[in-house]
Amino acid sequence: MARNGRSVSGFREAKGDLRLENVTKAFADFTAVDDLSLVVPRGSFFALLGPSGCGKTTTLRMVAGLDQPTAGRILVGETDLTGSRPYERPVNTVFQSYALFPHLTIRDNVAFGPKRRGEANAASLAEDALALVQMTHLGGRKPAQLSGGQQQRVAVARALVNRPEVLLLDEPLGALDLKLRRQMQVELKRIQTEVGLTFIHVTHDQEEAMTMADTVAVMNRGRIEQMGPPVQMYDLPKTAFVANFVGQSNLGQGHITGRDADFLIADVQGSTVRIPARRSSVESGAVTFGVRPEKVSVKRTRPEGTGNDVRGTVLDVSFIGVATQYLVRLPSGTVWSAYEQNLDLEPMDLRPGDEVWLTWNPGHAFGVGPDPDAVQAAEAAKVGAGE
Amino acid sequence: MSALAHMGGGGAPATAMPPKEPSGRSWLPYLLLLPGVLWLLVFFIYPLAQLFAVSLYSDYPDYPGYYYQDVNWHNYVRALTDFLPHFGRSMLYAGLATFFAFVLAYPLAYAMAFKAGKWRGIMMILVIAPFFTSFILRTIAWRQILADEGPVAWVLEHLHLLSFMPNGRITETWVAVVAGLTYNFLPFMVLPIYASLERADPRVIEAGGDLYANGFTTFRTVTLPMSMPGVIAGTLLTFIPAAGDYVNAELLGSDTGTKMVGNVIESQFFKVLGGYPIAAALSFSLMALILAMVFLYVRRYGTEELL
Ligand SMILES: Nc1ncnc2c1ncn2[C@@H]1O[C@H](COP(=O)(O)OP(=O)(O)OP(=O)(O)O)[C@@H](O)[C@H]1O
Ligand SMILES: [Mg+2]
Repeated sequence: MARNGRSVSGFREAKGDLRLENVTKAFADFTAVDDLSLVVPRGSFFALLGPSGCGKTTTLRMVAGLDQPTAGRILVGETDLTGSRPYERPVNTVFQSYALFPHLTIRDNVAFGPKRRGEANAASLAEDALALVQMTHLGGRKPAQLSGGQQQRVAVARALVNRPEVLLLDEPLGALDLKLRRQMQVELKRIQTEVGLTFIHVTHDQEEAMTMADTVAVMNRGRIEQMGPPVQMYDLPKTAFVANFVGQSNLGQGHITGRDADFLIADVQGSTVRIPARRSSVESGAVTFGVRPEKVSVKRTRPEGTGNDVRGTVLDVSFIGVATQYLVRLPSGTVWSAYEQNLDLEPMDLRPGDEVWLTWNPGHAFGVGPDPDAVQAAEAAKVGAGE
Repeated sequence: MSALAHMGGGGAPATAMPPKEPSGRSWLPYLLLLPGVLWLLVFFIYPLAQLFAVSLYSDYPDYPGYYYQDVNWHNYVRALTDFLPHFGRSMLYAGLATFFAFVLAYPLAYAMAFKAGKWRGIMMILVIAPFFTSFILRTIAWRQILADEGPVAWVLEHLHLLSFMPNGRITETWVAVVAGLTYNFLPFMVLPIYASLERADPRVIEAGGDLYANGFTTFRTVTLPMSMPGVIAGTLLTFIPAAGDYVNAELLGSDTGTKMVGNVIESQFFKVLGGYPIAAALSFSLMALILAMVFLYVRRYGTEELL
């Protein structure tokens, strides 16, 4: 079975970093993945975040070989996998819809891959994988006799048992309850580091992405908006979309008016604010100013001399145990939120309608390109959550 | 007196028990079943019992065509010995027709389910279209198609294959009967297989490829097993009517050597004076034989997923 002069095992033995080079997938009238390039170092945990329909599954399908890219190349190490068949690739998938074989028992589902690869001890490999996901006791059942969460765990075991070079997980924990999900996250992370597999993990749960991944990529409309280590993604978003998608952000539309040493001076809807120059993606003109809610403090009186404050009216106060969240409407109509840890012996006792000042350390501010849609979306998310 | 006391003693705990909650519910399913059960009783069970009774009648030796009620198992002995070749042919022809229908239907159903795209509807109509014409008419049309001067014979002649056919012809041979049966029952094979393939999640089939099974292995270990309920339903829907069929053998076969059980039942019933009990015994034997075969078949291949 030679293809491009290489045997099946040639593909299957491919080892190394996963590389996507200018990969595009166009359906009839729609570009689902648009000129995507990325490198996932061997043995690392890569999380892919993004809104529904942004092209995450399509990207995974191209890596698995289930779809062929319209343009671009996919490589593992030096082996070009583009055009090869799914069964030739050292890649396994945990399908978003599980896709268990309905006619086989759980045990046979998990043993399917090892059997096809001609493993002599396929059965015991399957048992081990089932034990890992705590499904040994249901090994004799058919998939239709399992709950959604149980099926999902079997799907993980069925892919993981093959110890592939690259494991693709398409929202593999979405149907699990919180406790089981945390447990599985720990298990997956442990296996990933112990065996040194490359994981591509698609998730809607940004906390999951942050806690598990070495690298987080945020995808939007078929493109990667930004990728980097979780801390960096949170601390310094490069676009308003990312600022919104990874955690919450207080955003404001404005324009840069000047520069003061390391800071850019911007006018945001009547307030003058400062943005560290190295924390801004734009140097001049229109800018979206941003600061994370937990970096913002709420004061009854105007703090002296900070120069980074805005006045507003309290819209909503919600006590959430470790912190209190305030929603504050600014004069421009924008709604910001602020988290105050409940450290004060005497709480501020603010009520909706009270006048307050919001203030923050200018070092925490960031600037991204103008994106009115994202500003609106940020607002909607906060107001929606507050009501 | 003691009876009264007994009743009182029995009645007390009964009233103490909580009333059965939705007592109005329990007889509802039976009420809903009633029309169907009545229908079956009047139009199936009763005639069947009648048929069984007739199959045991004896006739008056001196008055052919006149019977008396009896328990004459000899009718069954005659049915199974005199007409054994016909039973054999019925099973063989129906088996062959089922096999060929499967071979033709599976790729067709597969193409309809996975490859047809926008042609799917048209293919479906083409599969069903023959039902718009009568079974008999279509079979008569096949006489023309398979006739000695017809197109099939002509093609085989030119391929030098006609001489491999029994008696060097197609019409009036078992080949024509099997071809007719295959043709007539093909849609009953296509539709259930198509339904089960169409219901299969394409992701599951992709999962086979993802787990190192190449195209053929995926078909053998995933696609085919997933369509088994359809295959079993299709083979039953083809084999059972084909085994009891007499139209194809009548119109496409010869007068000797290709007759099936259906033909003997028909001729015993309509044409042979005094053949009623034998026809009934033949019918009952055929039914028992088919039931037994279906039972064994479903036991062997069928699963809880059937239907
Ligand atoms: N076969 C196809 N034909 C046409 N469009 C498609 C096809 N498959 C996917 N798309 C489109 O491509 C886009 C990306 O789909 P994809 O399944 O990759 O989204 P996703 O990021 O995985 O979303 P989700 O989080 O909802 O699973 C969607 O807008 C979808 O409608
Ligand atoms: Mg998806």
